[in-house]
Amino acid sequence: MLEVTGITRMFGGVTALKDVSFTIGQDSITGVIGPNGAGKTTLFNIITGIYSMTSGKVTLAGKDISGLPPECLARLGMVRTFQNIELFGTMSVLENVMVGLHTKGSSGLLACSLMMPWSIKEERRIRETAMKWLDFTGISELADDAAGSLSFGKGRLLEIARSLAVEPRIILMDEPAAGLNGQETLALAHLIGKIRGMGITVVLVEHDMELVMDVCDRIVVLNLGTKLAEGTPREIQENREVISAYLGDE
Amino acid sequence: MKREPFKFILFAVLVLVAPLIFKGSYLMNVLVFVGINTMLAVALNLLLGYAGQISLGHAGFFGMGAYFSGILTATYGWNPWLAMPLAALVVGILAGLIGFPILKLKGHYLAMATLGLGIIIYIVFNETVDLTGGPSGLSGIPNLTLGSIVFDSDIKNYYLVWTFTLAVTLFSVNLAGSRIGRALRAVHDSEVAARVMGVNARLLKVQVFALSAVISSLAGSLYAHTMTFVSPASFGFNFSVELLTMVVIGGLGSVYGSFLGAALLTLLPELLRGAQDYDIVIYGGLLMAMVMFMPGGLVRGIPNLLRKMARFREGAGNA
Repeated sequence: MLEVTGITRMFGGVTALKDVSFTIGQDSITGVIGPNGAGKTTLFNIITGIYSMTSGKVTLAGKDISGLPPECLARLGMVRTFQNIELFGTMSVLENVMVGLHTKGSSGLLACSLMMPWSIKEERRIRETAMKWLDFTGISELADDAAGSLSFGKGRLLEIARSLAVEPRIILMDEPAAGLNGQETLALAHLIGKIRGMGITVVLVEHDMELVMDVCDRIVVLNLGTKLAEGTPREIQENREVISAYLGDE
Repeated sequence: MKREPFKFILFAVLVLVAPLIFKGSYLMNVLVFVGINTMLAVALNLLLGYAGQISLGHAGFFGMGAYFSGILTATYGWNPWLAMPLAALVVGILAGLIGFPILKLKGHYLAMATLGLGIIIYIVFNETVDLTGGPSGLSGIPNLTLGSIVFDSDIKNYYLVWTFTLAVTLFSVNLAGSRIGRALRAVHDSEVAARVMGVNARLLKVQVFALSAVISSLAGSLYAHTMTFVSPASFGFNFSVELLTMVVIGGLGSVYGSFLGAALLTLLPELLRGAQDYDIVIYGGLLMAMVMFMPGGLVRGIPNLLRKMARFREGAGNA
């Protein structure tokens, strides 16, 4: 599904990522872990077109997507969430999801301003579909609330609902459990399973080891900008290099 | 959502009956300016209030519309009804071409770039004397006509200008509540998240910049044909700042707020005329007070104030 080949990224003289490669299979849940500063978020930002890479290649379902901007990736079926939740704070919860349906509409500037019948119809359809996604993530009773007033946990759910509205083939989540309490994390794990059940490939960067070990099929470990290990949760837990990277050498 | 048509109808009725209440040629003339300034403020608000992109050069687009129309009709004898859309088209294309590189800039840098743009346009108006008449201006611009009606009196101009202003208002209200308006607000709130959702932020910003310039150009053409005289002084940096003030005082991201801002800033100097030399001090003081006590603009501040007053009265009644 997603193939990352030899990604290197330098920031001035600092090498943030060095020759990182891995492949993510269709309908899988993959966790990317590593100590702070390992390059996880940089890797995400490169794959999702927010940073450029110094060298390397990313392919999505066989198509070269290296260096494509995020708005193109959305149309190709790749979407992401952010560590610090990037909501449209001045808009309502429902409107946030409706922005997720932007690519599902086609009315342009003029058709919208002149209130063409087809654009009104399209708007109604977008509103209904957005409601469906709020139902899916269980926050439909908050539809008319301002997104900026949501708790962190609800905000996270909204961000996921909004991303799903894009109807992605793959979703990348940057620390989805950060800031969530135990119960919310449990619900998140369930939701991630449900998303995979819809045939969407999931990749997460995560510090919550319990969540990672619980939901992931495969794990990629980064350390100091290079790939340290890759394998099933069990293999990773027993990997000596991984253990020493996290706990230090004795 | 469903309240939008009602709001617009109320606004339109208000505009229609205003001449029955406010009489006199001088006042009508001021209200013509309120109409033109409302168009300009609404145009700038689409860019600043919705898309979150600043422009300190909008007086330039306003002036280009005015001069385009003025030169084509006064010098070359074109029909004003032809000159107006052509001016808008050319200004729109130009704004699109300029917008592509400069809308890459953000915040202060965009402010600087648009400031430069406005100044360049102003200098061109002044220096191309053969074309624009230079600092002494361009006169002899014909009035618009419709059949046998010549728009040469203040009351006629009032209805002419406000027809356009209402059309621009309706157009903008529709846009604001649509898929595109939503995408603009999304770009304003979090550009990166909007892009991840598939919104082409760059293209959208350029589109709304061009649209804003087109509306400003139309306002300029109307200005030229109602005043029949234009000079560069009306299109300088000061006026760009005044437009910005109208949008902020009225309320960012509210079409009707732009009307309130434009009306207040156009009427206030006239009302303060009695204060003679102190007018500018009072004017500045009022603006400061409004920004401090109504940071959301008049459109949010006035209802808040009314609510507070009602509560106060209730409290007094109970005591």
